[in-house]
Amino acid sequence: MRLFELNAIDVVNGIRRRDITAEDYICSIIERIKALDGKINAFITPTFDLALEKAREIDKRVEKGEIVGRLAGVAIAIKDNICTLGIRTTCASRMLENFIPPYDATVIERLKREDAIIIGKTNMDEFAMGSTTETSYFGPTRNPWDLSKVPGGSSGGSAAALIADMATLALGSDTGGSIRCPASYCSVIGLKPTYGLVSRYGLIAYANSLEQIGPLAKSTADCALLLSVIGGYDPRDSTSVNIPLNDFFQGLTDDLRGLRIGLPKEFFGEGVEDSVKRHVWSAIHVLEGLGAVYEEFSLPSLEYALAAYYIIAMSEASSNLARYDGLRYGYRVEHDDADWSRIYARNRRIGFGAEVMRRIMLGTYALSAGYYEQYYLKALKIRTLIRREFEEALKRFDVLIGPTMPLPPFNIGEKIGDPLTLYMCDVLTVPANLTGYPAISVPCGFEGNLPIGLQAITKPFNEDLLLKISFALEANTDFTRRRPNLS
Amino acid sequence: MSAGKKHVSKSEVEHIAWLAHIELTEEEKELFTEQFNRILDFFRKIDEVDTNNVPPTYHVLELVNVYRKDEVGEPLPKEEVLKNAPRREDDFFKSPKIV
Repeated sequence: MRLFELNAIDVVNGIRRRDITAEDYICSIIERIKALDGKINAFITPTFDLALEKAREIDKRVEKGEIVGRLAGVAIAIKDNICTLGIRTTCASRMLENFIPPYDATVIERLKREDAIIIGKTNMDEFAMGSTTETSYFGPTRNPWDLSKVPGGSSGGSAAALIADMATLALGSDTGGSIRCPASYCSVIGLKPTYGLVSRYGLIAYANSLEQIGPLAKSTADCALLLSVIGGYDPRDSTSVNIPLNDFFQGLTDDLRGLRIGLPKEFFGEGVEDSVKRHVWSAIHVLEGLGAVYEEFSLPSLEYALAAYYIIAMSEASSNLARYDGLRYGYRVEHDDADWSRIYARNRRIGFGAEVMRRIMLGTYALSAGYYEQYYLKALKIRTLIRREFEEALKRFDVLIGPTMPLPPFNIGEKIGDPLTLYMCDVLTVPANLTGYPAISVPCGFEGNLPIGLQAITKPFNEDLLLKISFALEANTDFTRRRPNLS
Repeated sequence: MSAGKKHVSKSEVEHIAWLAHIELTEEEKELFTEQFNRILDFFRKIDEVDTNNVPPTYHVLELVNVYRKDEVGEPLPKEEVLKNAPRREDDFFKSPKIV
């Protein structure tokens, strides 16, 4: 086995036991990125020098017999909307092309405390607004399984880097599916934690009542390990919840006896392609074989989730992105001797891409006098109805299961010209953000060589159950172990 | 393309762009007007739902008024604060002309 193929847990154990050195392993990852990223474009800013320096430091500490952290030496790719001290953080936007954060996000501090090694900042949809990683100012990321296809988004760079073995772990953020969608399209495990489990301090805001930072990984145990490092209370995020973190490892067995699975009919509705349904159903039968029971039922308000989600997300975006005026940081036009309001408007038109402008303007509209009740307030009330339905459903069932995405990965350029068609791709992922419930995407099959993901959603702070289901699928199918043919 | 109801006119899109401080070209105004009408048409699907007596969910947590202690901490050094400024003069951010 080549070093870049190792899972995180094997890297940490290998380094601690001195079977491998952090430097050799990091060099193998760097070589891999150099060989492949020209065609995949998963990274915006690689951080090879810093990574090598850190690897050598870890090797020295191991030699001296010091105890190294729980992620010692592990190469992790960081989505480029998470602030990294001294490392350019662009949000894949021209607006922040040269922005160097003066501080680390809380999740980055926690990774460093456990001796993880940042290997680079990954490509994404601009300001995390998209489902394909095509709206990046730095060009689209390509799907390692088929370079003509999208990798999903918005955390497409993180997922593509992982499955191409250019990183061992990755962080993404999920506002309406941005971890789960690329996890599904690249065939990795991606988890959106319960709202409030992971600190958002240092995450560049898009829609803050919806989003969470979360782990992407190539095995369930790695996903559990990363979540256990980044999760937990942070006083710097006022929406961080102060409860003890679960043990994410103890439930990792494939004994599913007594597990009650609810299958919302709406997750298998007419907008979902038959090929996707077929693979998800075969995974459900795997879970059934391990002792789970399932029942179909209906969540009628789901029909309105997508519209409500986009109204809320755009409204929050219009407010959050008002800060980009090109004054304290961000893009500023060269000739700025005109009136301030014209300069701001020009900085923003040049700094932002079309999708970002679209969402800011639609959000501005939805919040404006005369339309606030009709759009924003109405959407928030529908959010309440959806929450109530999920609460009721999760009294009857332990977990709700369906596909992550309604269709397999599609061609780059195929949908980007038609915003509404693209929004429809998020129909199955947004409910977990509206409700704040945790959700995971797990590889569950291939249509030809294109990956299909299964989504599981459960009650707040029950991530351990999602990881158990992921583990059961990983242990009883081979989808998580398959890799694209990249020579 | 769906026919859809007309929700916003080109002049309304101009107004929204002005509110949002985004300069638009004539072609963009045309394109966004057409796209906004189709997206808003889709959004109006929520009109079907009876939300009488349903309270809004602004936030999924039960948290209200989370305070921290009002203690003086270590501020960022001035150079760090100004490091990302596109224009500066001495120790100040330099803004465009206000009046």
